[in-house]
Amino acid sequence: METLFGIAVDGVAYGMILFIISVGLSVTLGLMRVVNLAHGAFAMVGGYVASYAAQSLGLPYPAALVVAVALTVLATLPLEKLLYRRIYGHANELGQVLLTIGLTFVIVATVNYLFGPTLKRIPLPDLLLGTVSLGPKAIPTHRAFVIGMGAVTLLGLWWLLERTDFGIRLRAAVDDPAMAAALGIRTERLYMATFALGTGLAALGGVLGAELLPLEPYYAIRYIVLFLAVVAVGGAGSIFGSAAAALALGITDTAGKYLIPNFGEFFFYAALILILFRWPHGFFKGRTA
Amino acid sequence: MTKHLRTALLCTAFGLASGWGAGAGGAQAATIKVGVIAPFSGPFAMVGKTFKEAIAVYQAEHGTTVGADTVEFVFKDLDQANPAQSKALAQELIVKEKVGYLAGFFFTPDALAVAPLIDEANIPAVIFNAATSAITEKSPRYVRTSFTLWQNTVPLAEHMAKQGIKKVVTAVSDYGPGIDGETAFKATFEKAGGSVVDTIRMPLKSNDFAPFMQRIKDSGAEAIYAFLPAGPTTLAFAKAFADNGLKDKGIRFFGPGDITQEPDLPALGDAALGITTTFNYSQSHDSAKNKAFLAKHKELFGSSDTVTFTSVGAYDGAHVIYTMIQKTGGKSDGAKAVDAVKGMSWESPRGPLTINPDSRHVTQTIYLRVVEKVDGKLQNVEKAAFADQPDYGYKVGK
Repeated sequence: METLFGIAVDGVAYGMILFIISVGLSVTLGLMRVVNLAHGAFAMVGGYVASYAAQSLGLPYPAALVVAVALTVLATLPLEKLLYRRIYGHANELGQVLLTIGLTFVIVATVNYLFGPTLKRIPLPDLLLGTVSLGPKAIPTHRAFVIGMGAVTLLGLWWLLERTDFGIRLRAAVDDPAMAAALGIRTERLYMATFALGTGLAALGGVLGAELLPLEPYYAIRYIVLFLAVVAVGGAGSIFGSAAAALALGITDTAGKYLIPNFGEFFFYAALILILFRWPHGFFKGRTA
Repeated sequence: MTKHLRTALLCTAFGLASGWGAGAGGAQAATIKVGVIAPFSGPFAMVGKTFKEAIAVYQAEHGTTVGADTVEFVFKDLDQANPAQSKALAQELIVKEKVGYLAGFFFTPDALAVAPLIDEANIPAVIFNAATSAITEKSPRYVRTSFTLWQNTVPLAEHMAKQGIKKVVTAVSDYGPGIDGETAFKATFEKAGGSVVDTIRMPLKSNDFAPFMQRIKDSGAEAIYAFLPAGPTTLAFAKAFADNGLKDKGIRFFGPGDITQEPDLPALGDAALGITTTFNYSQSHDSAKNKAFLAKHKELFGSSDTVTFTSVGAYDGAHVIYTMIQKTGGKSDGAKAVDAVKGMSWESPRGPLTINPDSRHVTQTIYLRVVEKVDGKLQNVEKAAFADQPDYGYKVGK
């Protein structure tokens, strides 16, 4: 019983971290129809900015987090205007993949040049160090904090997309861009804002997930499969789908590693295959379907 | 397939012939090239950098000439474990660059892949890192100046048994060196009267270590023996160990020194404090030779913070190659060159070294170290030394 509880707690914690670093990709892939393979690179940039702000400038953790998200969004907005705008839309998938993977290589090389190949850390405040106990099981405070942030992000995004004017316009622009534009919705601005939302979420995930996925220049390439898996299983563009997928994969992976460690990543990918076999569009059919 | 083989043979034969041609020039001054295959880009670029810098330090101290010959190092980038590419690069070095020596090799498969080439071309290969015991059994032309998992693990397991530790869990990455470590630990520790209550093999690509930590906790072990290749996963593992309360519970953390290599220590932070490792080199090793090495490194590159085990592996490897060139009078003859350094002893920044004539692997002092804070900087502080440790894994099970 205790074992099951332990697996559940660790699995949910891992799943929430997966969710928080993948949901930004779900936004760009599902709502904007851009296969953004540079998502990991944006997350990494966020992490590096936070690390630099906290270590070299001595900013406290919350300030570093805000600075990282803001700077990453500011730095990537020109990319939207110069590059991404040209690859929006369904007909352009190969172009999207080529552009974003190229961008990833450029960012990897730049980060490697500027910060070197060693691991970077984001020092945690004392408040987030140590462990909190949940009955018989203790989990790291930082992980509990990430679970909380994940829940807040989940609800916040749901509210933003389903309950605000911005959300209504965005959904309209995604479902029928021509009609939305004819009705006077400024789709270009809307797309820019959504892109900013996606990169902001990537940066947030990069910073919060840095304890689990340590920052180094190859971060951008190393973990992209993980992000894509979560989005594929969840259904692109579905916020709740991403959360459900991340939790399912997190719990499966944790249970597999605990019970039969020699099987390695087997259970993660087996779950991925089976879920996609049963629901080829992911748990929740996203808006692209 | 046969076509490739024929091409390879032809190339090698051609390389040999031209090698003799150059050798016929004999006594007059020549440039002797040493081909270094290592990662200089990609996730393991740090390794290539430490190789290159250590060689530069050696050449700054000892000059670039041996006798009348000039020694030139040629670097080839192999960014990840890729035996086919390793072989292709070695062939290119032998045939086109006409190198007299091969060196480097971070990963075991890359080192193994060149065995047929170095035998055919009669060229020595000096391994700066690749640590699986079996490599030097595959060709008589391998010489290794690094360490093996067995070499580091046997003294550690004996030490742990002496400390009165009875129950241990092993947690290793699921690949060659990890399994070497597990086998070596189990054999030694159980012989000394302890018991290994669980052996966990973790996938190389693990991100989340919480489930393994829970398993370790549940096993009721007093200590763990852990091995992961240096890099991001080690960091996540050590953090998970501290964060999941294993450290507070009093479980002790032991392992080979790869897990606390110097460039990673700042990122590991206080989670690393108290980790006890055995290894062949620590930057904080207290000897005149090491101080001089670090000072020269700092003079040339501005900082000696990244000096680590791969640095001394390359530094001593360069020394072996210089000695080979000197003893063979600059003639390219692999078998003779290897014979010339068998049994050779010298003083390295890490301590006294001897090349074992059978295994062609360095017999060296292995140090017991604990991670501590020295003047605000995390260091592997040496607590004890086990002198003259051979490669216990050489021809194990043969």
